[in-house]
Amino acid sequence: MPVLEIKNLVKDFGGLRAVNDVSFHIDEGEILGLIGPNGSGKTTIFNCINNYFPISSGNIFFRGVNITGMKTHKICRLGIGRTFQVVKPLARLTVLDNVTASAFSRANSIKEAKKEAEEIVAFCSLTRERDKLAKSLPIGGRKRLEIARALATRPKLLLLDETAAGLNPSEVDQAIALIEKIRENGISILIVEHIMKVIMSISDRIHAINFGQTIAEGTPEKVANNPAVIEAYLGEEYAQG
Amino acid sequence: MKPKNVILGIVCAVFAVFPLIVHSDYYQHLVIIALMWVVIGSSWNLLAGYTGQVSFGHAMFFGTGAYTAGIFVTKLELSAWWGMMFGGITAMLLALVVGWICFRLRGPYFALATLAGGEILRLIATNWENLTDGMVGILIIQTFRSKLPYYYIALALAASCIFVIYVIMKSKWGYYFLSIREDQDAAESMGINTVFYKNVSLLVSAFFTGMAGAFYMNYMAFIDPEVVFSLHFISIMAILVGIVGGVATIMGPAVGAFVMVGVQELFRSSFFDLAPKYVSKAHALVFGLLVIFVIMFLANGIVGDWAKIKRAVFRLKTEN
Repeated sequence: MPVLEIKNLVKDFGGLRAVNDVSFHIDEGEILGLIGPNGSGKTTIFNCINNYFPISSGNIFFRGVNITGMKTHKICRLGIGRTFQVVKPLARLTVLDNVTASAFSRANSIKEAKKEAEEIVAFCSLTRERDKLAKSLPIGGRKRLEIARALATRPKLLLLDETAAGLNPSEVDQAIALIEKIRENGISILIVEHIMKVIMSISDRIHAINFGQTIAEGTPEKVANNPAVIEAYLGEEYAQG
Repeated sequence: MKPKNVILGIVCAVFAVFPLIVHSDYYQHLVIIALMWVVIGSSWNLLAGYTGQVSFGHAMFFGTGAYTAGIFVTKLELSAWWGMMFGGITAMLLALVVGWICFRLRGPYFALATLAGGEILRLIATNWENLTDGMVGILIIQTFRSKLPYYYIALALAASCIFVIYVIMKSKWGYYFLSIREDQDAAESMGINTVFYKNVSLLVSAFFTGMAGAFYMNYMAFIDPEVVFSLHFISIMAILVGIVGGVATIMGPAVGAFVMVGVQELFRSSFFDLAPKYVSKAHALVFGLLVIFVIMFLANGIVGDWAKIKRAVFRLKTEN
């Protein structure tokens, strides 16, 4: 049974069809990359999966359970964690408190939540900043905090939205290493990313969309060579060349 | 002994013996009213400062508590003290309705909705004469001649309110309230049922404010819609107490309560009759100026920006 199944997802914003009949699945332990030019509907798909936006039609199954229309916090408790493209740190709380608040979704006491938070803060290399206010972190730290908070909910599936955007090359390598570490812990991942280095190197499969529609799916090499994908990113001339 | 705990201990001791040392009715009254505002301000702070839902209508809960106590006398012919218990409960029932309607809105829209709520309750109390006696108000006989029992009841209410809020903020609820304040959408994605917890915060806030209203009925022995459902004298005053004292701090509203009651009395009495009579009308103007000053220089209130105040005083001293 796949860990996530999206069937015929449609999302309309008034007259604009942002997501047009998109279907894909993620197997357990897999990393699926979602690529597409800006405005193609990637983040909208994310927002539909955890019902941050209600969907217009279609069905979403998480580990066999139909989660279409379920409240966001319930979806989180079922096991889907997500990060936001524009990071949302709990600005006036410390890094540790940010993760502790998230850990309460699973922990039964303050002590347990704090312990879990400490472990995850260490896992995400944020131990040095644990007592700093989240708003004082630079972008790299904020992105890691975003991931740490999602991990504290002990997800089976993690939705990563452009976690490498805005990072310098060495931070990008760190991000790739962190994502690999997360996969080794048995968490399936759906990742949206523009930085090809990241998405090509860690994805098992890639799903490419443009204008809200699927244009290709397959292994990274296959998708990278697909004419429709090349056209979407680089224009017609390159596709024909 | 940590210096903070020593100061707290001294303050508690002072409050414990205050009415036994200061016999003046006038000063006892001021402190009793200030203690009542500690409760209202702390309750407002729980919802606004800690959970980020800024209410402009806390008079709803105060007035509901006050009228519950009053109606126990006028309609049920029981003692108004029953209202102390039921005042909190009816305020909570109202909070369930208010939350269901108003929490669909965020930020300034929520504030406006609560403001409207307060005004609606005031109009209901004014017009539903069969229940409330309308503008005639409710007059009861005070249970105690001396102010002492009222003082200790107010003190107990203030202390328990602060204590409950302290315990809540240290618990999981505290983390959840702060998360909702900082970013409601992130909180929801972290598995927090934001609708549920916003309502929990509102229920606790309404409960204590309702109890304060019921206390007011018992102590002042007279209420009417203009007084207990007042936008300016109750709802706005609650906000000022919170802001001036320090939002999102435990002791901020307590400090703010005494400062605001002091300032209010200073102007009502025209600086204890040392200034011309028209100064007593300036109280609304002064409140406004005070808010502007606080927002510009002490955004975290007296307690929140205490370090800043100390530095400013230090700088003044060294310049001389």
